[in-house]
Amino acid sequence: MTARNLITPAQNTWCPGCGNFTIQFALKNTIAALEKGGVSSDSLVLVTGIGCHAKMADYLNINSFYSIHGRTLPAATAIKMADPSLTVICCAGDGDAYAEGLDHLVFAAKRNVDITMIVHNNRVYGLTTGQYTPTSPLGFRGKSTPGGTREDPFNPLELMLASGATYVARGYSRKMAELQQLILGGIRHRGFAFIDVLQICASYFNASDYYDQRVYNLEGHDILDFGLACAKAREWDYSMDAPIALGTFYQVSRPTLGERLQPQKERSTDREGAIARILARKS
Amino acid sequence: MNEVSVLIGGKAGDGINSAGMMVAHLCNRLGYRVYMYFDYPSLIKGGHNFAVVRAAEEEIGTHRRKVDFVLALNQDTLALHQEMMTGETVVIFDSYRVRAEGIGVHVPDVLKEEQAPPVMGNSLLIGAFARAAGMPWQVVEDVFRRQIPKALEQNLKVARRGFDAASERRAIPPAGRSMLPVISGNEAIGLGLLHGGLDAYVAYPMTPTSNLLHFMAEIAEEHQLIAYHPENEIGVMIMALGFAYAGKKTAVGTSGGGFCLMTEGLSMAGMAELPVVVVLGQRTGPSTGLPTYSGQSDLHFALHAGQGEFPRLVAAPGDPAQAFAWASLAVSLAWRCQVPAILLVDKTLCEGFYSYDRDKAEVPQMGGIFPGTPGPGYGRYQDAENGVSPLLFPPSPDTVIKVNSYGHDERGITTEQASLVNLMAAKRGRKTAFLANEVAGLPTVNIEGARNSERVLLAWGSTLGVCREVAGHFGLRLVQPVCLSPFPADTLRKALAGAKKTIIVEENALGQLEMLLARHGIRADARIHRCDGRPFALEELIARVGEVLQ
Repeated sequence: MTARNLITPAQNTWCPGCGNFTIQFALKNTIAALEKGGVSSDSLVLVTGIGCHAKMADYLNINSFYSIHGRTLPAATAIKMADPSLTVICCAGDGDAYAEGLDHLVFAAKRNVDITMIVHNNRVYGLTTGQYTPTSPLGFRGKSTPGGTREDPFNPLELMLASGATYVARGYSRKMAELQQLILGGIRHRGFAFIDVLQICASYFNASDYYDQRVYNLEGHDILDFGLACAKAREWDYSMDAPIALGTFYQVSRPTLGERLQPQKERSTDREGAIARILARKS
Repeated sequence: MNEVSVLIGGKAGDGINSAGMMVAHLCNRLGYRVYMYFDYPSLIKGGHNFAVVRAAEEEIGTHRRKVDFVLALNQDTLALHQEMMTGETVVIFDSYRVRAEGIGVHVPDVLKEEQAPPVMGNSLLIGAFARAAGMPWQVVEDVFRRQIPKALEQNLKVARRGFDAASERRAIPPAGRSMLPVISGNEAIGLGLLHGGLDAYVAYPMTPTSNLLHFMAEIAEEHQLIAYHPENEIGVMIMALGFAYAGKKTAVGTSGGGFCLMTEGLSMAGMAELPVVVVLGQRTGPSTGLPTYSGQSDLHFALHAGQGEFPRLVAAPGDPAQAFAWASLAVSLAWRCQVPAILLVDKTLCEGFYSYDRDKAEVPQMGGIFPGTPGPGYGRYQDAENGVSPLLFPPSPDTVIKVNSYGHDERGITTEQASLVNLMAAKRGRKTAFLANEVAGLPTVNIEGARNSERVLLAWGSTLGVCREVAGHFGLRLVQPVCLSPFPADTLRKALAGAKKTIIVEENALGQLEMLLARHGIRADARIHRCDGRPFALEELIARVGEVLQ
């Protein structure tokens, strides 16, 4: 393909200071890097859910499937099954991935479908103007919980490790270079790559200072060690004060859904022949 | 008409469905056309199952209330179905479990002697039945060899014991016609989908379409087809849309409860203009209802499911020939017009078995998809005179293909601008008209029986089989709208021209077809409803129609 402007003319409507800008640039740079490495942008498909994150489908000038709330993964799974040569990337919000579409997230990890899932985890519903999400801290005062939430958040990294994801990482929207590496690593990973991105919501949950003081990069960490990955994932529970590790927690190789679906034997494409053969068995 | 009816009953796990199929195949071998109704509760073991096999010289699609033979593997078969028996009925039974007059064979003793497993008990009764019906042993052997994949020799030995223990009571004369395949409605749908060019079938198990999932999964073992069973019906529908985006012609199958979960995806199919075929097998509702029984109470649900306004095809075939044809047409029309297509069927059709004559089922040839031209200028929702935008699938060279559940512009980018919203609504409107036009040339309304009679029986879906015979019995005109959206109002009015008395038959309480007709100013004079999940037996509907005609 010819060099393409990777940004569409669509007017960007994210709030000033929104963490989505960083994710967009990281994605754009990743796509450019892939292109240099021989992966044509024609073969990329971006699948988004519904929410602020999902505007990525309008802003990036690549193939896209702007889905409905919570439903990125079934669409992405089918697109990858339909044509394994495509590179399929999902952008989902925390409401998408962890509330409305949690079942699909667990199953995508279980199947090890070869796609990359980027969760824009701002820990608040932005587009619906500020309600708590599954990863909001205990006591979060949102419009639906004016007295503060009375339930603990869950830890998406632990959940993904338990579900069988073969690439589990966490990034931060104020660390773009590192985030870019995590996304590129996820796309290059053969299997289900999950990246939880702590994303600043400038309007409803600006946790910049909180994160800036606590984040650190995982170094000298053995990404093949499942036990260690779980321990590191549990270090911060998305509620209490603790150091917050960024980077790849876990990465292993396991057969992908696509590999397991490869037919064992040659299959016929003659429809009339198949119909006649099946009917012949029924008399 | 020369015909025979056989009731086979036992507890769940006795293999009553397969025993019924064997009886059907024996009759098929004698040159009869067959139909089988299978009645079972929602459980795996225990409970009472029964099948009614009917064989006749002409094509049939309903069972009778009175039977000529009973094969009883439990006492319930006699106790619960006394009204189905006459003085002439020949009863063949397991003398260990059942007290009766007729031909008794001791199932446990024979199975023990032949070292055969309990499930082979029905082979013993089938052998005895064949002898009682005057069939030569060769017929039994031929049918067993064709139909029994496992432990054939042992099954034959057990059947021979039954054959030898019985004597001829009521001979079924050979009908002399050539044999036909005996298939279920689900199988007819599956084959029709294949004929229409299906690439993928996605479903979560739910009666009465689970067997369609099994059938497609079997086909996918040897044929180029994706069959997949994901986590739930929400995932099913969204997967279908993902497949469609990537150019794979896809169908999903479910019943009302699963379809509830699919409606958000159905609405997205409408907005994003992604083709999908939905096989919606009705059962007795509301809610879980009677999972293994039939009904026609989801017509309005199928017509209106999903938020917003968008064109859709809804077709309700009434027998395997129509099911094959409309399954194929549903795939073609969904893709040509980029709309969701719903094949509205029910338990009676899905799980009933019928003689199927492929040669009689002509599928009208449809036009193909409208392909796009790759390049930077491509817009997935580019406006067109007929409202149908040219299609491309990723990867296409130098082309960005964007589908969107939001209001969007011609390139698929989100917009809330009033002029563009109006443009897209107008485009969907023209697509609605285009779909109606495409459908207009098809057999949307089926007319049979006494075409000039002023007395009309109006039916839809699986009651076609029983209504055909009832119309024949009384000399009525039979009118069956098959396509229900876009509604063929003019064609139906013509089909009803000159009618003085129109009787509608529906398996629901509120008269859903009648409500739809009323919207188009078409009135019925009388109505016959049934909503207990059981299909009408021939004698039952004759009695009900007879009352109305008086």
